Amino acid sequence: MIQDLLKSNGKAILLGNEAIIRGALEAGLQFVSTYPGTPASEIGNSFYKIAKQANVYFEFSTNEKVAMEATMGASFAGLKCLVAMKNFGLNVASDSLLPFLYTGSKGPTVILAADDPQCHSSAQSEENSRGFSYLGHIPTLEPSDAQECKDFTKLAFQLSLKFKTPIMVRLTTRVAHQKMPVVLGVLPKPKAFLAKFVRNQKRFVTMPPRVLEMHQELLQKIKDIQKHAETSIVNITINQKSKIKNQKYKSKIKDGEAKNAGIITSGVAYLHTREAMDLVGMEAPILKLGFFYPLPEEKIKKFIKPLKKVLIVEELDPYLEKEVERLARIVNPKLQIFGKNVLPEVGELNPDNTAIGVAKLFGKTYNPKIIQPTKKLKHLPRFCTGWPTCPYWKLYAAVKQAAPQGTVFGGDIGCYMIAALPPHSLYDYLISMGSGVGIGHGVKKALQISSGQAQKQKVIAFIGDGTFLHAGISGLMNSVYNKSGLLLIILDNSITAMTGHQVNPSMGKDSSGEEIEPVKIENIVKALNVKNIAVIDQEENYNQLVATIKEFVNSGETSVIIARHICGLLAKRQEKAKKD
Amino acid sequence: MANKNFNIVITGVGGQGLITLLDVISKAAFNKGLDIKTSELHGLSQRGGSVGVYIRFGKKVYSPMVPKTQANLVLALEFQEALGGLEFANKNTVFVINNYQTPTLGESASLKQVEDNIKLATNKIFTMPFLSICEKELDNSVVVGVAMLGFAIEKQALPLTKEEIIEAIKETMPEKFWELNLKALELIKE
Repeated sequence: MIQDLLKSNGKAILLGNEAIIRGALEAGLQFVSTYPGTPASEIGNSFYKIAKQANVYFEFSTNEKVAMEATMGASFAGLKCLVAMKNFGLNVASDSLLPFLYTGSKGPTVILAADDPQCHSSAQSEENSRGFSYLGHIPTLEPSDAQECKDFTKLAFQLSLKFKTPIMVRLTTRVAHQKMPVVLGVLPKPKAFLAKFVRNQKRFVTMPPRVLEMHQELLQKIKDIQKHAETSIVNITINQKSKIKNQKYKSKIKDGEAKNAGIITSGVAYLHTREAMDLVGMEAPILKLGFFYPLPEEKIKKFIKPLKKVLIVEELDPYLEKEVERLARIVNPKLQIFGKNVLPEVGELNPDNTAIGVAKLFGKTYNPKIIQPTKKLKHLPRFCTGWPTCPYWKLYAAVKQAAPQGTVFGGDIGCYMIAALPPHSLYDYLISMGSGVGIGHGVKKALQISSGQAQKQKVIAFIGDGTFLHAGISGLMNSVYNKSGLLLIILDNSITAMTGHQVNPSMGKDSSGEEIEPVKIENIVKALNVKNIAVIDQEENYNQLVATIKEFVNSGETSVIIARHICGLLAKRQEKAKKD
Repeated sequence: MANKNFNIVITGVGGQGLITLLDVISKAAFNKGLDIKTSELHGLSQRGGSVGVYIRFGKKVYSPMVPKTQANLVLALEFQEALGGLEFANKNTVFVINNYQTPTLGESASLKQVEDNIKLATNKIFTMPFLSICEKELDNSVVVGVAMLGFAIEKQALPLTKEEIIEAIKETMPEKFWELNLKALELIKE
């Protein structure tokens, strides 16, 4: 728990995300930047609470690219840095991330990226950030449990110091949101920060022709790290001999069938593999990879050389499987490789689907007697009820009342995504942070330049205050500049709500919780030359909201309504805090 | 099966305090020197949607997810969500179900339908109006999970004692909540 993060030693139950924090603190962390996104959100939330006490600079940056750049700058000036985000955040940050690998880090730097197989708390795509490891040549570690979250993060700082490159630690939901007893290490004594920016154009200016040399140097660095990975303690062989424990299977399996089989795995899939071997009653030697990139190729070759069959257990895309196929062609061309032919490529792994794959490695089936519910029921997420209530109930009622038939509704990322679900079922598209207005512009423009009835069709896009500041401003500016004439409704509930009530620049508190002059969203909108602007409290002035939507959507101009009413949960919490 | 660990599945809807309950139970197991793994979900599903969390403890636990058919105990904080625990059930699994319903905005199930469905796996089902008892006796609905936990211990449905849970409550919650939670723990015995 969070109160254990600064404990001097011993053991504590930590969430994977908390263990990342602890590992970074044990490594002597100085600078943290992040943008909230589940399953990485608790990293920012916890630092928000403990940064001062932990003698660390912490900020919620305005988006992930900015967070990445903040960390790059602090690293260039020599501080020890951590930057954390969810998978989609890495997409946003990638424009600066890729050249960061060319410059390398000066102060040791760790990039934390959290994927969400099964999309438990993610719209948009079931992204696998391991693709970025190849794209950017980013050395990448994959912990499987909370203890490894701590240990690998600490190790990542050491690697970054040694090889002068940022190191990525990649989590998945079942690692980030897993709790277990973690053996704590020593926290270093607080020291004064000694940042110094030393001019070095050769290192920090990625202009051609120098940039090509930098590319070459990066590839050499990766080779060096690969050599290091061959003997790293995070790549381990668990040397059971292939054997069958379960008597039921033993009688049916011919001698030799279970021999010479092995499993290669990483991340939480390793834990499912151990569990699956128990379920199926079979054991095989395991090569557990802590390094995803670069891979310890010699170690893998040595592992697969004597085998007849190997199973690769990994979530989502078969990156490891393809590498093993390539290496097998060199050392063991007859090796039978099992992977995505027996395990799902979509959705997360669990002990059960892993057990099916493990059983197939031995030519068997795993089929426990599962009783399924006769009805598949699901409580869909919905706007909070109770009092004070979620202000979005009123807002969407007004929209439905006011919008002309055939209006195209553009969604965005935040609590108001829920309006895509019943009973609202509102949005016609919902893609990524800030895209509601960006895509809305394209839709409206396409209609506008077409002949006939299409020109009359309206577009209303929605965006929350946090998301507007993250990625909505440039989209709105484009709509004004290129005159598409959509209506953007900015839902200002004074907080970044869905990811757990983080502060943002429009809510009057900075990243250390101190009061600041809030950024006024209407001032930004005005500065973009939006002519029709209204700020309306939907709880107080419902009829005015309905009338304004009608007026603006028919005006032909790009218009903005800021629907401003505090998040019900936040209001409740503020009331409670006052009482206490 | 080689399952020697104790597996708990807690189901309910976002906002019912599942994670607090998870913290208390895992702390109690931790204090006994056991290995623990838990898994929880945050984010979108927390806004009134279906949520399931897992707690596993024993000598050595690998996966944070409970394998299908391997649950020892299912706590359902909303009765329709008990169905979410069904695939984890075997004939020895104990279900403790809160007789309380929130709308699904789609197909729904009656308590009888839910219980009949669970009976296909196990007969060890305890359904009580835990929430209304908590509201009536303690004027509080947030402690319903702790009341269900206390009931489960009375029924010897998990290998932890009330003393161990009380200790864990004191270690995981601020002092001002102790009295209320301790009362909830002892509230419902039959």
